[in-house]
Amino acid sequence: MTRLKADRRHAVRFSLNGKPVEAEAEPRMLLSDFLRHQLGATGTHVGCEHGVCGACTVVVDGMLTRSCLTLAAQVDGCELKTVEGIAPSADRLGVLQQAFRRNHALQCGFCTAGILMSLDHYLGKNPNPTEAEIRDLLSGHICRCTGYTPIIQAALDAAAELTSKKETSDA
Amino acid sequence: MLQAVKSANPGHGDEPWVGRSIERVEDAALLSGRGRFIDDLGVAPGTLHATILRSPHAHADILSIDAEAAKRLPGVAAVLTGADVKAVTTSLVVGVKAPVECWPIAMDRVRYVGEPVAVVVATDRARAEDAAELINVEYRPRGAVVDPLGAIAAGAPVLHDGFPGNLASDRSFRYGDPEKAFADAPHRFSIDIRYPRNSCTPIETYGVVASHDAGEDAYEVLANFQGPFSIHTVIARALKVPGNRLRLRTPPDSGGSFGVKQGVFPYIVLIAAAARITGRPVKWIEDRLEHLTASVSATNRATTLAAAVAADGKILALDWDQVEDCGAHLRAPEPATLYRMHGNLTGAYDISHVKVRNRVVVTNKTPTGLNRGFGGPQVYFALERLVHRIAIGLDLDPLDVIRRNLIGAGAFPYRTATGALLDSGNYQEAVARAVEQGRLAELKAKRDEARAEGRLYGIGFTAVVEPSVSNMGYITTVLTAAERRKAGPKNGAQATATVGLDPVGSVTVHVASVPQGQGHRTVLSQVVADVFGLEPKDIRVNTEIDTAKDAWSIASGNYASRFAAAVAGTAKIAAERVADRVARIAASQLNVEAADIVFAKGFVASKHNPENRIAFSRVAALSHWSPGSLPDDAGQTIRETAFWTPPELTPPDDDDRINSSLCHGFIFDFCGVEIDPTTLETRIDRYVTMHDCGTILHPGMVNGQIRGGFAQALGAALLEEYGYAEDGSFLTGTLADYLLPTTTEVPEPEIFHMETPSPFTPLGAKGVGEGNCMSTPVCLANAVADALGVADITLPLVPARLAELVRGAEPPPPAGAAVAPVREGDRRLRGEGQATVKGAPEQVWAMLLDPATLQSVIPGCQRVDKVTDRHFRADVTLGIGPVTGRYRADVELFDLDPPRAVTLRGGATGALGFGSAEGRITLAPDGNGGTKLTYSYDASIGGKVASIGGRLLDGATRVIIGQFFTALARKAGGGGAEGGGFSLFALLAKMASLFGGRR
Ligand code: FES
Ligand code: FES
Repeated sequence: MTRLKADRRHAVRFSLNGKPVEAEAEPRMLLSDFLRHQLGATGTHVGCEHGVCGACTVVVDGMLTRSCLTLAAQVDGCELKTVEGIAPSADRLGVLQQAFRRNHALQCGFCTAGILMSLDHYLGKNPNPTEAEIRDLLSGHICRCTGYTPIIQAALDAAAELTSKKETSDA
Repeated sequence: MLQAVKSANPGHGDEPWVGRSIERVEDAALLSGRGRFIDDLGVAPGTLHATILRSPHAHADILSIDAEAAKRLPGVAAVLTGADVKAVTTSLVVGVKAPVECWPIAMDRVRYVGEPVAVVVATDRARAEDAAELINVEYRPRGAVVDPLGAIAAGAPVLHDGFPGNLASDRSFRYGDPEKAFADAPHRFSIDIRYPRNSCTPIETYGVVASHDAGEDAYEVLANFQGPFSIHTVIARALKVPGNRLRLRTPPDSGGSFGVKQGVFPYIVLIAAAARITGRPVKWIEDRLEHLTASVSATNRATTLAAAVAADGKILALDWDQVEDCGAHLRAPEPATLYRMHGNLTGAYDISHVKVRNRVVVTNKTPTGLNRGFGGPQVYFALERLVHRIAIGLDLDPLDVIRRNLIGAGAFPYRTATGALLDSGNYQEAVARAVEQGRLAELKAKRDEARAEGRLYGIGFTAVVEPSVSNMGYITTVLTAAERRKAGPKNGAQATATVGLDPVGSVTVHVASVPQGQGHRTVLSQVVADVFGLEPKDIRVNTEIDTAKDAWSIASGNYASRFAAAVAGTAKIAAERVADRVARIAASQLNVEAADIVFAKGFVASKHNPENRIAFSRVAALSHWSPGSLPDDAGQTIRETAFWTPPELTPPDDDDRINSSLCHGFIFDFCGVEIDPTTLETRIDRYVTMHDCGTILHPGMVNGQIRGGFAQALGAALLEEYGYAEDGSFLTGTLADYLLPTTTEVPEPEIFHMETPSPFTPLGAKGVGEGNCMSTPVCLANAVADALGVADITLPLVPARLAELVRGAEPPPPAGAAVAPVREGDRRLRGEGQATVKGAPEQVWAMLLDPATLQSVIPGCQRVDKVTDRHFRADVTLGIGPVTGRYRADVELFDLDPPRAVTLRGGATGALGFGSAEGRITLAPDGNGGTKLTYSYDASIGGKVASIGGRLLDGATRVIIGQFFTALARKAGGGGAEGGGFSLFALLAKMASLFGGRR
């Protein structure tokens, strides 16, 4: 394991949404700050910096991760996915994002990136979730605007659409 | 069960866009990570970053601040203390007439935990935080008071000399003849309420970027402030510049506010002062601990409400005695929370006689400010609990008591006893529909069934009038009529909107409504599209505000649910004015009368001959390209700014009657709850909420507001409270301590609507965003009271509190285990244990008293000084997990009995907290040449550390103590120590290490 010097900046390199990125960080720099302020990937938000609100959730090497509880140096060499990487293209929304828009599942949108990441990750592995499962999954996220139920509805909607799409393309 | 309201984007028919749930224009960017919140925006090169050192004490004199070491740290540009800020600013105005100052930073005294004491400005946030830890502040604690009634009790510590007895205002009001009504009434019911402190806590915290141009002495500020922009005048005054030298802008997106971001304004002053002093732009982003501890909160209130009641349950008179706790400073616009509801103290009921005593007090807690519901939750909790109590007292159905007292459908517009003019409604009809559509009968059957099985099931009701569009003059009700005459009238609520047409005829709308997620851009595009016969996508709406360029008034901003009722209507007025001129131009081009012109499907056409038409964009652009060819009376169509203020919003009259708000929606809620007999958790079985908010502009968003308000109200009812210990320590500084509702707690409310348009607003709409924050907490409380059959209910309804109601207070501990009395909320750490160390007692004794040994065995110890033989002082830096802090500890030795026993007593202070502890160690030979140490300790902590959560402390303390004894044992020449161990230093070190809760 490389030893990092506390008062030095070290290069951190990883893959962000499929593209290689590199910037420097002090060992104490949080991944959330690194993404936002070093890389300009400001879609990931910071709501508490102590692991409760879920706004900062990203995917690191296939695992849901609180970027506010992760040091930038820890993800050196990893594969990261953030909210900037879930739309099929810059001017098109993905199925989950469209379901959010259709169901009014966001108001201020500050919590949304983290919730999208959790759902995107979860639906990839569990295509037919129940409402209870979605509620359980999202209990690690705080939204102060929506009262949650439109978010749950959007998730179930997206799951149904993803499943039927898959069935059509499989057929 | 979920009732989804999906967006409808149907083919473009002829029906208007207003009233449809179209998809929001805001969403694409927010869903793709392209939102533009304040911390997402770049800043000028060279911008400095601020961090704020805050008081760990609720009430203390500042004896000295030593910032030398902090200033020497590389990268630090400045450390500002109260004196520095005072040199460039003046006190914030205070909401009542009193010789009291209100600064955004402590001057020579702190009055609440979290009050700013110093601002460190450095090249980056981390450097600034490093430096803040090096500042040594010496405090002399004073007695603190956190309870509003305690604050006005004789002998309470006084916060401000200008508020004798901590009383900032005491006004009595009388409407009708309440004394006679009480004397004549057959029944009198009374209730005492303690409404708790809570906050809607947006997920995005405060942010400010400020710069100062010394040449022009002008400030530029970007802040996620939400209005009201009357605060602009407060900020400018504090910065000692005229309003035109304070350019205040808001970012395009704001991560929720719910009133709370009004409270960023003292920080605008502070950061602007830092920019002036350093001559550089300065940025500050608040962290969550700061936000919970010291941003702003709703008021807590002690209320006694009495009613004179007829035998049939008709309420004849009310007698309100409200004691409002505004925290340590009376910051603008307080005491507005208390007066916002003044016109509505009779709720949805027809009550002619009202007596009111309103007192405003200060306590050693965070100053209060805007919060969704703003005064409504406090008022309705008392009123609607009392209505339930009346029903029980008279053996009537609560719903019958509500019905008996509702204002009659034919009575609108109805003037309440205290002065509000209720615009429209049909409350009986709304109740009837809710009972029917919400299936109350079914719920009652369920309750009977559950009770028959011995389960705890209850039903609650609430009827609420939801005021919206505040009268900017209501706060002057706190002044006497004579004082008001002297000050000049204040009233109205100017809304503004600008509609512009560009050279290719596309439409732009600007408003000063500062949304934080409410979809204003979408709704305005619907409203304006309807006027011009266009589609919402043709209309671009900008809701950022720039006070240097945009139309705004003191009423601008996003509060008091004024958007749909006031702002959207004003946009319609502006658009219609432009449309009127476009029609005249088109009429001359089409050779028809202007009255024959219609806007539809992108064209301006003749009603009679639709073929005779011209593209909207073509006419719209003419003002730019060929003003000379316009008819003389048409004027320009380039830009129109409309202002609108409702004439109904008059100032308080000489009898203190005040129409505090323009619109009044109606809400009727009922719910069924079941309480688990073992865990005493409250589960909401079904929640029905009926709303009449006038004309609905966007059903999806209206329901979104209702759901969001409901979830926040559910939090207020079941989970949330800003907790303070008696010494003023703040106990809920993280989201793990201040619990917010999550997906597992929030059910889908069953929402019903009725639409009685407001005759006072351009679109017939009324506000809707705050109602459930007013109705839901008390509705749930009524249901829980019904389930448990208890009379007194205090929020939040946490299981521990319900356990006391159901099972009585906790039994005292069994005799023999002498435990010091523990005050509620106190953070105490106690323990005892044993450890064995190699070496005879004499040797261990000597080591324990030797500074050099201590320095080497106390984890993280930098130095130990022996002040006297019995007095040691230590500097220690310690980290547990990510939490690192520096502190100074003073320890004195008592009852020395060498080498057998010693008592240690001491205190530690760090920048972020303080603690004191006492312990006794006895040493005895263990029979193997070693020493057996027996110890006990009792410590108490306060300040920031107390807000981190006691659970963390105990375990972490043991780790530290373990480290200490391991090191001691090693030093003594043996292996590891056995068992636990004790060191007062180590304990204090542990506590202090938690003070440093920052990176
Ligand atoms: S910011 Fe990471 S969980 Fe809240
Ligand atoms: S949409 Fe605002 S916090 Fe979730």
